[in-house]
Amino acid sequence: MTILQNPLGNKPGTLLKNGLTLNEHRNAVLERTAKTGHYNGLKDLEFKESDPIGFERIFSKVRAGLVNSREVAKKIAASPIVEQEGELCFTLYNVCGDCVATSTGIIIHVGTMGAAIKYMIQNNWEANPGINDGDMFTNNDCQTGNVHPCDIATIVPIFYDNILVGWVGGVTHVIDTGAVGPGSMSNGQIQRFGDGLQITCRKTGINDTPLRDWLHESQRAVRTTKYWILDEKTRIAGTHMIRDMLLEVIEEEGAEAVEKFMYEVIEDGRRGLVSRIKAMCIPGKVKTVAFVDVPYMHEDVHVPSTFAKVDTIMHAPCEITVNADGTWRLDFEGCSRWGWHTYNANPTAFTSGIWVMMTQSLVPTERINDGARYATTFRLPKGTWTNPDDRRTAHADAWHFLVSSWSSLWRGISRTYFGRGYLEEVNAGNSNPCNWLQGGGVNQDGEVHAVNSFETAACGTGACAVKDGLNHAAAIWNPEGDMGDIEIWELAEPLLYMGRRIKTNTGGYGKYRGGLGYETLRMIWNSADWTMFFMGNGYMNSDWGLMGGYPSATGYRFEAHNTGLKKRIAEGKSLPLGQDRDPRDCEFEKHLEPGAIVKRDKQCITTEDMYDNGDLYLNYLRGGPGFGDPLDRDIADVQEDLNQNFLLEEFAQKVYGAVFTKDDEGVYTVDAAKTKARQAEIRKERIARGTPVHEWMKGERQQIIDKNASLQVQQMFASSFYLSPKFLAEFKEFWDLPASWELHEEDLGIPMYGARFSMDINELPDVHPVIMTEE
Amino acid sequence: MSTYSKKQVADLVKGDLDWDTVHLMLSMPKDGDRYKLYMEVLQDNVDYDDKILLAMGPHLNVVERTSDKEIVVKCDCGHDFGDYRKNWKLGALIYVRDNVEKMEQIYPAIMAPDTSWQVYREYYCPSCGIQHDVEAPTPWYPVMHDIQPDLKTFFEWLGMPAPAKI
Repeated sequence: MTILQNPLGNKPGTLLKNGLTLNEHRNAVLERTAKTGHYNGLKDLEFKESDPIGFERIFSKVRAGLVNSREVAKKIAASPIVEQEGELCFTLYNVCGDCVATSTGIIIHVGTMGAAIKYMIQNNWEANPGINDGDMFTNNDCQTGNVHPCDIATIVPIFYDNILVGWVGGVTHVIDTGAVGPGSMSNGQIQRFGDGLQITCRKTGINDTPLRDWLHESQRAVRTTKYWILDEKTRIAGTHMIRDMLLEVIEEEGAEAVEKFMYEVIEDGRRGLVSRIKAMCIPGKVKTVAFVDVPYMHEDVHVPSTFAKVDTIMHAPCEITVNADGTWRLDFEGCSRWGWHTYNANPTAFTSGIWVMMTQSLVPTERINDGARYATTFRLPKGTWTNPDDRRTAHADAWHFLVSSWSSLWRGISRTYFGRGYLEEVNAGNSNPCNWLQGGGVNQDGEVHAVNSFETAACGTGACAVKDGLNHAAAIWNPEGDMGDIEIWELAEPLLYMGRRIKTNTGGYGKYRGGLGYETLRMIWNSADWTMFFMGNGYMNSDWGLMGGYPSATGYRFEAHNTGLKKRIAEGKSLPLGQDRDPRDCEFEKHLEPGAIVKRDKQCITTEDMYDNGDLYLNYLRGGPGFGDPLDRDIADVQEDLNQNFLLEEFAQKVYGAVFTKDDEGVYTVDAAKTKARQAEIRKERIARGTPVHEWMKGERQQIIDKNASLQVQQMFASSFYLSPKFLAEFKEFWDLPASWELHEEDLGIPMYGARFSMDINELPDVHPVIMTEE
Repeated sequence: MSTYSKKQVADLVKGDLDWDTVHLMLSMPKDGDRYKLYMEVLQDNVDYDDKILLAMGPHLNVVERTSDKEIVVKCDCGHDFGDYRKNWKLGALIYVRDNVEKMEQIYPAIMAPDTSWQVYREYYCPSCGIQHDVEAPTPWYPVMHDIQPDLKTFFEWLGMPAPAKI
């Protein structure tokens, strides 16, 4: 009997015209890059310099093709997340899996799909299952570079004249992946094994046709089947359009020119970032830090294992070094450990995601590709939440930590823009784009369903150094922020809108205030069985404010059950239609029947709970942080804030020192002279109540020596100290602590399952993860 | 490369620049003269003669002290925070919002952090009471040393002579 050694795959060295395997070729490119500091050793951009018009012509065709394909393919989807919010992206890669160009959309996936391609290359997909013209591969594995399981990527190899010339990837954010909790960014599950369907670069189609076993199996694995299939068609259509486009470009421009372009454009991107850093930033070091809460001790957080019932804090310190050569390094030494929740990230999610924000200042061009990554060094210490050392971690809402940590990067790099005068680029940070309204059950059409409202795509933005942040406008992860149409959301969700209003007093105060968030009050309606939960920050703020500005307001939750609203509607009584303008007034409760059960608190993470028709759920989308001392705010702007219902009277007085009158029609007039006088008094009051920092430090030091802090604060420090002796040493040095001072999780009386014993993905047989950061 | 007048940069600093020009500044390659014009504008805005080298906040600059050429951090009011390589915050006044009552002075209780998780630290100039920075860390967190500029390299990038004592 003849045993076929390689019945599925390609004969080694036949995919590329140079006779190398894909892995050999990629390693050679990496080697030339490391040796020269230029991508693929390209010290000169021969094609671009000798034929700049031809170079730009190819770029324009490719970029236009990518954007056009995205816009066309988007119309196939039925999911509002894709069709309304634009949560899709298409990207072209060279044969190494390095991004050449990308469409508009969620451009974090420049890196995530590239990581999947590199994983296939490094793990010899060439031999098994083989890479052939007409194949389709699907990936959403978080340990293969994906952010969270709901981002499903379809990856198609592109062949010209039987030679592999590149790859195209398309990604959509699906509504549900069949995790324990319904919705795409759910919680409740605490491990990968409950985090939804995860597909590892699986061949799911041949001859341009999706395989039936894949279609049947994947539909059964998720709740929102029809959306799933239409999203799949969206991705396939887009990737095939782009493949056809590239083949046309090759016909028109020549294979050699296109091949050169697909390397040179990446080196061009690398140089672009270096040049921009030198033009805009200040060399040296910037230190910054971010936090966010994981309040899992609360009774409304139900998890399957007792070891997850612990309050913790995400800690993300970052030292940004802007080097003399215009490259930069981001070092996250000191981060806290990963945890038993769905907020863990992985290095690619982290490194690729950063470009979503940096493209809005450092790379504000169409030429977004992997070049910027080659000018950047990331250090993500192993074992931290940025780089878990355990293959069991869950990632469904990695954004909870990612967006929180990135807010501090805006702040840090903005200090360098501000320092040399590029005030227009300064951004005090991003809002924490939440709440994530999610839930599921049997919907108004009698179907098993799940929802994740993407109203979060339009939170308040951070203030700039020359203007206020934008109100209800954007989210850090999607440059095309849009809250979506009420009518469309009501079709997709059994949740009627009782109101959608700007959220008063949510923008961080400052000379320029943060953009305000907004709130929507939803009433469960016409469902058969329904559950919902909250997902966001409440006890903590992840943004800080910049140069004297304040952080935005934190989140809170409002839900109401047994409301009697059906009865009130029938009787024509008043309804909770308006806004929760000042939560202390409890306005909504005034329009509920006696006996209503209301939860109004700071517990902004909950797990799936039952909701009846007539119950209420407040979706509060956060505001952005402020810039500069609030006492510097233009008095006319404070008056406008009052008249626009952006600011509560009490805080106009206390924070801005505004002295004003209100006429019979409710119009405010701020008295400039009296306000100036009051502001002068406030400055004196600050001096009177302030303590010299050195004096205050003595008291704070004693608190540390006495171990006087909440458990969650101590757990955060202990976790970072264990992973980073450097962070511990710096902490002890700053506070001048005795050498004998120690803090260990073991002494805190909290669950430590998973804290000391782990098994990483690379310990699996024949698995070779792609590592692109320092660890 | 775009160019802008000193008046336009002054208006940018004041927040009075028209949006069309701000948009141009955002969308076009950066203007090489910005640093020079910005420093002139900042210098015009203060009463002291020390040469401003960098801005660290709307009222906080790195300056070369006229008297001894030392590089220090200075408030617009003239308050001297000392050597620019050290953290100016250590010479400031601090007010920590570490309980509900203090937090309620700036946000409705339910819209402010829980101080067992997070506190707000306000840093004021001891002389004029300007609020130069607000930190929002956990209790115990070391004071952040936000930026440590490499002035030597910076002036090389600018193609300008560097101050003597960097």
